[in-house]
This record gives sequence, structure tokens and C-alpha cells, in this order.
Amino acid sequence: MSSGVQTKPEQLEGWNRPPVIAPEGEGELLEVAMGPHHPSTHGVFRMDVTLDGERVIGLKPVFGYLHRNHEKIAEQTSYLASMPYTDRLDYFCSLTNNWAYALAVEKLAGLDAPERAQYIRVILAELTRIQNHASAVGFLLQDMGASGTPLMYAFREREKILDLFEQLTGARMMCNFMRFGGCRVDATAGWLDGARKMVAGLPNFVDEFEALLSTNEILMARTQGVGVLKPDLAVNTGVSGPMLRASGVDYDLRKVDHYGIYDRFQFRVPLGEHGDIYDRYMVRVLEMRESIRILEQALKDVPAGPVMDPKAKSRGFRPKPGEAYGRIEAPKGELGFYLISDGTPNPYRYRVRPPSLINLTILEDMCLGHDVADVVLIFGSVDIVLGEVDR
Amino acid sequence: MLGEGILKGMAETAKNFFGSYVSKERLTTVEYPEERVPAAENARAFPFLVYDGPDWQAGLRCVSCQICEKECPPKCILIEKSKDKKPDYVGKPQFYPVRFDIDLSVCMSCQICVEVCPFDAIKMNTEFALATDDRFGGLLFSREKLAKSNEYYHSIHPTEAAEVDARLAEEKAKVEAKAKAAAEAAAAKAAVSASPAEGGN
Repeated sequence: MSSGVQTKPEQLEGWNRPPVIAPEGEGELLEVAMGPHHPSTHGVFRMDVTLDGERVIGLKPVFGYLHRNHEKIAEQTSYLASMPYTDRLDYFCSLTNNWAYALAVEKLAGLDAPERAQYIRVILAELTRIQNHASAVGFLLQDMGASGTPLMYAFREREKILDLFEQLTGARMMCNFMRFGGCRVDATAGWLDGARKMVAGLPNFVDEFEALLSTNEILMARTQGVGVLKPDLAVNTGVSGPMLRASGVDYDLRKVDHYGIYDRFQFRVPLGEHGDIYDRYMVRVLEMRESIRILEQALKDVPAGPVMDPKAKSRGFRPKPGEAYGRIEAPKGELGFYLISDGTPNPYRYRVRPPSLINLTILEDMCLGHDVADVVLIFGSVDIVLGEVDR
Repeated sequence: MLGEGILKGMAETAKNFFGSYVSKERLTTVEYPEERVPAAENARAFPFLVYDGPDWQAGLRCVSCQICEKECPPKCILIEKSKDKKPDYVGKPQFYPVRFDIDLSVCMSCQICVEVCPFDAIKMNTEFALATDDRFGGLLFSREKLAKSNEYYHSIHPTEAAEVDARLAEEKAKVEAKAKAAAEAAAAKAAVSASPAEGGN
């Protein structure tokens, strides 16, 4: 510097990092940080991808950008005050989050939701599943380059479901509806009629959606055989939900646990065969059809009666010391809440088992050997919401 | 045939596109803000305080029990209790809030304050277009801004407001009946205690 030699930009400190050399010495590898602002990451999520040309030879997911301290906040507030925070975990499916948390607290406190509340819960959970799967498929197609059309068709239907949610719970997304021992308000006869009318139109939508997509050659070329997840790997890593069933593992908590009143309804569990992206797409579409079947059965005879357990009280709620784990089949997989009570108004320990996070841990194994463009698709087919991954 | 699936999909989009000219079902876009969908009856945005009668300060239902302040999950409510008391709707002397602030930039519209309020004093508003250019004080609503009349409550949530009114009227009637019975008993007692004196004369 003192000799007056001009410093070239590439000689600046830290500018010239040593190149990453491939193990077999073939050439330079490229490290790409996809995200946290990449539009395909559905939020703030980063993938540190190591590339050999176009081929992925390493992928490190980096998350925590949306961490909101959900579990610690819940340990500082009363049981009821955590309910609106659970809406914000997976903000696409606030009602199933409510249900999982209510189920855990009901187990802890020995409460039981009455018949009518159980029916309303099933109806709302299945409507949530339909809108989640429809928009998940829509977003997957958006990532694939089908700009807008499938997503808009999905959102058109989602809008009708959200209107129903708004009429019943007062909010479209942050519903905050279920309570320990029942539901906050009762569904009116008018609302049930509206739901019946909406559900009657849903098979038509799924038919239309399938005609648009299922046999589309571009979709098949891009998804079949891509991102294969083997069933034994899926089981060993704790993957759940449509991801697990697309790999051919018959495991649905609605059938296994019989929580709520799911043992009263006739429905099948769709399974995939290859475990690729196309199977995940197909399983979601078929699950929508099964959800419509459950809805038709549930809406047929909703019994009259109260929607709250008379033993339940909103103020001064202190469950006995003990622990409980409540889990449900959320649209994205097994959503569980683990609670330890020490007899005070606040839980001693509050833990969420988020399906999005655990399904995401398998990302590298599915992406290895594929192109960068396929990484976006594989990531989209996992169906995550960052609010739940980072909590 | 290669491309069959694509053609089938295109036919579907064409059906939707041309269908939107004839069928209202398929034309789903609402041109906000020229066109607005009416809000659902129990839609909720942010809380407000209900008052009865013409004067908001005299008619405020809140008795400053501070339950909502304690239960609010994000702790966006601040209440300062009065030193003196004023009569509430049944005539019982109660405290009132000298200060009742809600920071709407913190509020998450969860409705828990409404659920825990034993006096039906706080309810959810449906007004949502509250954007302001004042970053610090613009969304910190004091009790003047939060106070809304019972008539306004009736106009936004008619069914719920009617239920609340019926419940309050019933409570008032009960209290009045009790007071009347107590007064009658007292009068009877006075008459009884007075009559021996008369007899003594």
C-alpha cells in the first residue's frame, strides 16, 4: 500500500475466498444461499446449497428468522392466553392448531367437549384441511412456473371457506375459536346451511382442479421420480402427514388415535406408491375428496345441545399437577402439544411438536443429485409454513 | 397423445374465462374500494368500550376491575382505577377508569378481553381501516377514543347486543326486585317495631 501500488478490487481482503474443491477433484463447487428472500421459500427460510454445475451435492437448511419465542411466552401466561398465539403457528390452519392445544389441555384438566362441539370441531378441521391442501398444491404449481391460474383457483375456493370461518368465529385466519371443553360460540342453523351449500359445491371444484392438473404433461414431467422419499427413511426421521402417506406408509392419526369423533365417519386414507412429488400432489387431492366425504357425513346430523363443558371455566383455570400430550392429524402432519402443569395458572412446560419443522429435516436427502430448479419443487411439496417451523 | 392433458387443462381455463361473462359464480373478484363485501355480523377487529345514555363519561360500563388488563395475552391494555365511585346501571356505586388505554399496534384482536369481562363493558369493533401516519401515538387509543355508544354496538352486532341488553335488564330487574323486597321488609319491620310503641301509648 505504502509503495503506491493501486489495489485491484479482487485483491481486497475477504473478496477472494478460496474455491470449494469437489472431493474427487473434478472442479470448483459453487455455494449458493437460496433465501431468506427467495420467493420460492414461502417465507424467510434459507438453504445453503452446494452445487456442482446444476447438480445439488449438499444442502443445509437454515431457519430461525421468524422465531417468536412462542413456547417461553406460553410458559409466562395463563393457559387461555396461549390460545390466540397457537393461531399464529401455522397461520393457514389456525383451527386445527386450536384443536390440538385444546385437546392437550382437556387431557390435562379432565374436561370433555360435548357432542355438538365435537361435530363443529370436525367440520371446521376438515374445511381447514381442504383449504390448506388446495393452497399447498396451488403454491407448488406457482413454484413450478404455472403463474397464477392453479393458485387462483385454489384461492377462490379458500375464500369461500374463509368466509364461513369469519361468519362463525369472527376472523378469517386468526380464528381463536376452540376453548378447553368446547367451542367459544355455537354455530347457528343458518351457518350450518351455508356450510352444507358450500360443501355441495366442493366436489365440482376438485374435479375442475384435477382436470386442470392431474394429467398435465408438464406437471408429470417435472414431478414424477423427483424428490423420492423412501418409506423406511420417512418413518425413521419422524415425517408425518401427507408426506409420509405419499411414501406408502399407512399412518393417519384420525384412524390410529380416534381423537374427537373420527371413528364415527367412513373415510379412506389415500396412499402413494413412489414417494415422489407427484404422489404428494395426488395424496393431497385425494385427501380433499375424503375430507368432503367426512364433511357430508358430519353436516348431515349435527346434534343439538351445549357447546361447552359445564365444568369448564375461563377465569381462574388451574389444572392439577401432571402432564399431557395432545396430538391431532393437522393438514401438514402430526401436530402435538406437550404440557406439564405444576398446579399454577401457567404451564410449567409447553412444547409444540410442529409437523412442518420435522418434515423439513428430510429436505437434503430428497434433494441430493437433483437440479437447482427441482430443489424449489421438492421444497414446495413438503408444504411448510414458516410460522410453525420457527415458532 | 402427448399434450392431451395440457389441452384438457386449457379447456378448463377457457370454461372459467368465458363462464365469468355469463355466470356470477365464476366472477369472484370484488373491486375494492369501489365495491365492498359487507362484513360478517360477528366479524371482529379491535376492542371498544360501551357506554349507556348520552354522556360517555357518566355511562361507561367499565368498573375498572382490571381483569382484561391481566388476561390480555400481549398486554396492550393499561387501566388506572379511580379513587371515588359513581353509580353503575343498577345504581350500585362502582369505581370507574380514570385512564383506559389500548395500544392497537400491539393488540392482536383475539377477543379474550371481551370473553373475560363480567360487565359487558368491552366489545369488538368492526372498523379496520385505522392506518395512520403518526407512528408513536396514532394507534394508542385513550378512553375518549374507545368509548362508543350502546346504539353503535347495536348497529354493528345486532344479535349479540340484543342478548347483552336482555341479560343486563334481567339483572337490573333482579336487583330492583331485591331492593324493593328489602325496602318492603324494612318498612314492615319498621311498622312492627312502631306498633308496640303505639300499643304502649
